[in-house]
Amino acid sequence: MLVNQFLILGAVLFCTGVYGVLARRNAVMVLMSIELMLNAVNINLLTFGLMVGSISGQVFALFIIAIAAAEVGVGLALVLLIYRNRSNIDVEELDLMHG
Amino acid sequence: MLENAYLIPLLPGLSFLAILLFGKRIKGGQGAHYIGVPVLAVVWVLSLVAVFGWINRVDDVTPATEAGATTHETAAAGVGTAGDPASPVVLAAEGETGAEAGHEAVAQPVIRSATWWSNAGENFRIGTLVDGLSVTLLFVVSTVSLLVHIYSIEYVRGDERYTHYYAFLSFFSAAMLFFVLSQNIIQMIVGWELVGVSSFVLIGHWWESLDNSNAAMKAFMTNRVGDVGLLVGMIILYFAAGSFEVPVINEMAASGQIRHLLLLAAAGSLTAAVMSKSGQFPLHTWLPDAMAGPTPVSALIHAATMVVAGVYMVARLYPVFYEGYSIGTSSINGLALLGGFTAFMAAALAFVQWDIKKVLAYSTISQLGYMVMALGVGAWTAAIFHLFTHALFKACLFLGAGSVSHASHHTFDMREMGGLRKVMPHTYKTFVLASLALAGVFPLAGFWSKDEILVGAMRGQQSGYPLMLFFGLLVAFMTAAYMTRVIWYTFWGEYRGHGTPHESPALITGPLWILAGGAVLGGLVNLPSAVADKIGLGGAAHLIETYAEPVRYLDQFSTFSVAAPSLGLALTGLALALGGILAVYLYYWRRLGPHGLTEQSVWARRGYTFLVNKYYLDHLYTGIIARGVRGPVAQAAYWVNQNVIDRIVNLVGESARETGRWVYTNIDQGVVDGTVNGLSSGAEATGEGLRVIQSGRVQQYGSLLFGAAAVLAIIFTIVI
Repeated sequence: MLVNQFLILGAVLFCTGVYGVLARRNAVMVLMSIELMLNAVNINLLTFGLMVGSISGQVFALFIIAIAAAEVGVGLALVLLIYRNRSNIDVEELDLMHG
Repeated sequence: MLENAYLIPLLPGLSFLAILLFGKRIKGGQGAHYIGVPVLAVVWVLSLVAVFGWINRVDDVTPATEAGATTHETAAAGVGTAGDPASPVVLAAEGETGAEAGHEAVAQPVIRSATWWSNAGENFRIGTLVDGLSVTLLFVVSTVSLLVHIYSIEYVRGDERYTHYYAFLSFFSAAMLFFVLSQNIIQMIVGWELVGVSSFVLIGHWWESLDNSNAAMKAFMTNRVGDVGLLVGMIILYFAAGSFEVPVINEMAASGQIRHLLLLAAAGSLTAAVMSKSGQFPLHTWLPDAMAGPTPVSALIHAATMVVAGVYMVARLYPVFYEGYSIGTSSINGLALLGGFTAFMAAALAFVQWDIKKVLAYSTISQLGYMVMALGVGAWTAAIFHLFTHALFKACLFLGAGSVSHASHHTFDMREMGGLRKVMPHTYKTFVLASLALAGVFPLAGFWSKDEILVGAMRGQQSGYPLMLFFGLLVAFMTAAYMTRVIWYTFWGEYRGHGTPHESPALITGPLWILAGGAVLGGLVNLPSAVADKIGLGGAAHLIETYAEPVRYLDQFSTFSVAAPSLGLALTGLALALGGILAVYLYYWRRLGPHGLTEQSVWARRGYTFLVNKYYLDHLYTGIIARGVRGPVAQAAYWVNQNVIDRIVNLVGESARETGRWVYTNIDQGVVDGTVNGLSSGAEATGEGLRVIQSGRVQQYGSLLFGAAAVLAIIFTIVI
């Protein structure tokens, strides 16, 4: 059973995602990084589901894919509006909530 | 009907509510009598049914009424000679002659009551007590009230507050009937106060005039003085007898189960209540002023019914007074002296009044004094008899005065009347009949009742009351004289007022004639049997004595006796009355006697001034007592205020200020403010520090989030 390999793949993908979310300035890239993190979680769920012999992991993965699609839809809509207002999508400049 | 007597006060009570709620809608506010008069007529019929119901009840117990009455008298005479209440054996032996049967099988009062509320194990009850005394009063109150209701249709017509007037007439009737039927002393107090309130409202009916509202206030305030006595007396009775029930209190007082001192205290306190409500010296001053009310109200409340409430209360709780004042054995006591003196004092005042209603008011006080005196000398029956006849002829006199005033431009000043006998024949005739009845001229009602009082005073119970007899005879003379004076000024001579007087319509003369009939025939109610047998009315003799006296059911009260009539005294009383009339007749009609005496003699003038100023009692009350409170007492109070209270207040104030200052500088500024400022600056510094983190940049938040999560993950890994 290649559990370790799968878990390592998940961890690498997650870390790539975190890095992308924290470091990229382009909002679209941030969204894509979130997708990476979600897929890393999916891989983990499938792996543990297979290991335990339960179908729940696959069911959860399907739910997450559906929700991720919705999330990307909402996220891209936000990005579009931000672009229309500001003519760029740099998340570094979105600091209206600055204390 | 005797069991359902509660209907009698209930009906006028409902009529009061109905008039108050719907009265204004009938005939544009001038039709309240369409409710009031029929209800009172029903009440009158019910009272009559109650009277006959009670008579039947007494007859059923003692089938031979005549025999019962006569044996009662022989027994009473026997007891009067035997005398000593401490020898019951002798009494029983005397009673063997036949009256004992009457004492064993006597008609008990009909009591019906329900629990009103209960507190601390004591049930406060409300109900009706029907006996001879109650039904007598029921009859008097409902009769006069009905006639006054009818009379007022004309007299108060067009008044602004016509509805209000009728509402409170009904209210008064309800309150008085409630009072009369009281089964316990709490109910008595309630009824007593209710009639006081309605009296206040009706005296002040025309309150737009300051005099009227002042008179109402005076009546109310003076009555409050006596009411304190009522409360104290009733409380003493409750703690002495352990019960509020009238029959229980009477039984215990009559049988000597209450200490004499307690009874004396109770009787004394209750006498104060009699002073105010029944206008006895020295609290009578409100009654003449109460004449500010509409005349029918004066007739109903301040002549016939409410003012006899005190007399009724004494009669109702008679054993308390009888034992408390030792009426049976003494030859002078507080109650008799009070009544006798009041009768004389008020009669003297009646001579100098120019207001016809005030003459009648003083006459009422005088006659009430007669009743109280009768109770004081032990002539219970005579007092109730006089109450009955007095209600009839005094109501007639007041309504007559109202009729005179109605005819001659609403004045009551006799100097603006005169010569009215020609234009007002009905009023004149009824007024003269009622005056003769009041004066005590044979064979009108007043003669019989006054004679009984005089006999009572002469014979007493065990010893006579000579001083009271003297007062009684003197007042008989004076009464006749001042009433003749009123008739002279009102109906004889030349008319001295404005406009043309005219006879009043039938709604006014009708009640006058009915009451005049009562004034003529009222004496039949309690004729002495010696007289009644002669004129073939033997069965009707001693009605009040036979049916109303409570001694019939108070066994322990068997020392009580009714004095036998005396022909000589009757003739003396009659001669004095006729003498009074004759003297005044000669003085005014024939112009004989010392005219202009007040101009010639200093002493006569002084006496006259003394009487005109009503013995300076009003000056005493308002000038000395009230100003005494206002003057020196007020100054003393001011001094105390300035030097004691103010000093204390200032001291307290200054020390409070010093304490405050210290607290301000040390605690407030130092501790409290320091804490608050410290807290706020600490918060500010923290905020400044944390403000840096609040960059608004999502990725920075994200890094912190993931960093924290990573740290937590490491901790978990290490720990677990």
